[in-house]
Amino acid sequence: MEDSHTYRRRNVLSGFLFGVGLVAFIDEAVFHQLLHWHHFYDLSSTTWGLVSDGFFHALSWFATVGGLFLFADLRRRRSLIPLRWVGAVMLGSGVFQLYDGLIQHKLFRIHQIRYGVDIFYYDLIWNGIAVLLIAAGIWCIHLSRRKEHVR
Amino acid sequence: MYVDKFALCIAFFCILSYLLAMKYSAKSFKAWPLRKLLLFVSGIVIGLQAVAGPIAMHAHHSFVYHMIGHLLLGMLAPLLLVLSQPVTLLLRALPQSGGRAVSRIFRSRYARFLIHPITAAVLNIGGLWLLYTTHLFHYMHQSSLVSMLVHLHIFAAGYLFTLAMLYTDPVSYRKSYLYRVIVFVFALAGHGILSKYLYANPPMGIAAADAQQGAMLMYYGGDLIDLTIIAILCWQWYQAAAPKTSLSAAKAAE
Repeated sequence: MEDSHTYRRRNVLSGFLFGVGLVAFIDEAVFHQLLHWHHFYDLSSTTWGLVSDGFFHALSWFATVGGLFLFADLRRRRSLIPLRWVGAVMLGSGVFQLYDGLIQHKLFRIHQIRYGVDIFYYDLIWNGIAVLLIAAGIWCIHLSRRKEHVR
Repeated sequence: MYVDKFALCIAFFCILSYLLAMKYSAKSFKAWPLRKLLLFVSGIVIGLQAVAGPIAMHAHHSFVYHMIGHLLLGMLAPLLLVLSQPVTLLLRALPQSGGRAVSRIFRSRYARFLIHPITAAVLNIGGLWLLYTTHLFHYMHQSSLVSMLVHLHIFAAGYLFTLAMLYTDPVSYRKSYLYRVIVFVFALAGHGILSKYLYANPPMGIAAADAQQGAMLMYYGGDLIDLTIIAILCWQWYQAAAPKTSLSAAKAAE
């Protein structure tokens, strides 16, 4: 069936988008606003860093809202596959967290995770969590596919 | 300083016209919802704050107030006004010949070019880059004519951009939702990048602390209003893609 194939992919798209938005939101709310670890702009950023930050910030708002509307769309079509969706959320979160941790923090130097501390362990945990999320996400998506075959 | 009195007169004129249009449209159509009148009036009043009253007064020497004014005039007021659908109301209120003339204007090549999402985004965000990264910002505080033109542009470009994203009024030659979303993400990125750029590079004659506060207000305030526009856009998309219509239409086509 062509339709169920589309909806299986839409489960991944919706989850992935929401995952990206979720991590961006946690980053903004927890690390910028509550902990004040991240800085708005620490003036050591490259031009590309500013462009990348602006672009992903814009994209993350759309990803959150669009991902949730897609979720509602899957529900009204009774095509939601919860395991697959949750897996995609983890995948999206992990990918964006890794991009933030490696490219934006390290390569573009937008800002660091925290200031006045040995940053190595923070980076290690940050990116380690990202890799774990990606692995768990792929595992869940894989599992949801296998379940379908068994059925 | 006649600018604020002039703006006040225009605002009264606009609200009066809207009320009159409501009266005429009710002759041949269902009554125009009061909710939209409320949107229109709040849009006008909020936009007015940037040119008359305390915010406008402080904006001459404080960048933060200048930014509050711009958020209201260039983003919030246009959003409220676009949602009040003034052109739809106008089309309903005018006699047939007048309505045809208005829709001819809207279908003209010039209007088509202006309402194209990319043109609207460039006019809106490009105008801001021009204002804050060139001497224009400095001239704006020297001459009240330049100041008035800048305000006019900020409002008109904000309105055009919001309309080009939401299509709440009859716009011919519409772009798809995906197209508009992509343009929107680029425009929002341009807005965010400019805010961070201003954080590090204050416009001429602005103290660093004032610029940083203003830049952060621009960043987060802009986010809040743009988030509303994204939510409305996605909501429209979600409704347009409802399975009932699309599935039955697809079945009918088979």
